[in-house]
Amino acid sequence: MEILTKEEILRVLENVKDPEIPTISIVDLGIVTDVNISDDNFVNITLTPTFAGCPALKVIETLVREQIVKLSISGVEIKTTFDVQWNTNMITDKGREALKKHGLAPPVKHNGLVQINILENVTCPNCGSKNTGLKTPFGSTLCRSIHYCNDCLNAFEQFKPVS
Amino acid sequence: MKFDEQQLKAVKEFLYKIADDQLIIGHRNSEWTGLGPILEEDIAFSSIAQDKLGQSMHIYEILYSLGEKDPDTIAFTREAKDFKCSHFVEYMIGEYDFSLMRNFLFSHSELIRFEMLAESSLEPLANLAKKYKGEIKYHVMHSDLWVKQLGKANEESHARMQSALNECFNLALGIFEESEFAEDLKEMKIFDGEKFLRDKWLEQIMPVLEKASLETPPQSNWSPVYGGRKGEHTEYLQPLLDEMGAVFRLDPKAEW
Repeated sequence: MEILTKEEILRVLENVKDPEIPTISIVDLGIVTDVNISDDNFVNITLTPTFAGCPALKVIETLVREQIVKLSISGVEIKTTFDVQWNTNMITDKGREALKKHGLAPPVKHNGLVQINILENVTCPNCGSKNTGLKTPFGSTLCRSIHYCNDCLNAFEQFKPVS
Repeated sequence: MKFDEQQLKAVKEFLYKIADDQLIIGHRNSEWTGLGPILEEDIAFSSIAQDKLGQSMHIYEILYSLGEKDPDTIAFTREAKDFKCSHFVEYMIGEYDFSLMRNFLFSHSELIRFEMLAESSLEPLANLAKKYKGEIKYHVMHSDLWVKQLGKANEESHARMQSALNECFNLALGIFEESEFAEDLKEMKIFDGEKFLRDKWLEQIMPVLEKASLETPPQSNWSPVYGGRKGEHTEYLQPLLDEMGAVFRLDPKAEW
């Protein structure tokens, strides 16, 4: 029996998309913090929440299970823990492109400290202008802030930087 | 971690009071949904509420792992006397100035509390704290901005903000009601105490209030509103719980 590899599992998990942002996978979001496969193909997957109040935690666990049980495994356990804490710097470059495809500005990279000035002049995902302003650090979901582009005159949301 | 009987009591009481404050203020803030004075504030209060509810849930999960009931049962079926929240968070939302000032004072205390807890020996709590700090920073950012703006905008806004601060201050001091188990928590290196937190809180809010031209009462005039941590609550809590738990209590065994 061939033991599955971590890479194979992660490839399968790329099919699990964020329920609210269907262009981005949970792998590119950076919330898969551990994948462990035993000698008899028992798979342990650990996830971490983006926000404590994220309403999709249980849904994502279900979607992960749906994908993993299709493989030749002896069993699977999926845990969501805060052992590793998520921050927006953990989103991959591929993930950032996926956010743009959904019409969201990707989060500005931070150095561990998020101040309000980094929320100004976010690049507009519609026209690419930096002539934009912050309207509110909150948005339609916990992960978003609302901005306005003074050039193309559209409001847009940013996946906001979180440390 | 292994606890003896007294230590376990200390830890549970500590976790209940933190999560109860978050759950109740989360519910209060959610009452602004649809009623905010402007759209951005409607969204802000709703978002902040959702954060607090999520944060309370994960702390209730630690309590569940320590032998308490599951989070839904804890949140929706306890009666008022079994809650350990401060009176401050129970008060009705009132007008925008009161709710904004409440969030300002409460969020600053949360930020410092979780900065302290990031070093706690209670590992699951320390992990949550490291996460919550980043979320609460946005809450503090939001209320700092508005308190400063409204404190100095015009005569009416200044008067309203000062009046809100006068109403809130003694209630806010009630957050820091010391526990009978304070020494146990300190010895276990779980938490350095409410007095320490309160002093850091004052250090942090004073500069912002000064920028907003707002004044706090002198220490000789302080009158902290205590009792919440001992299960003595205002008349506002039970009606809140009745409403918040109404759907769950219709069928506690329902699958959603």
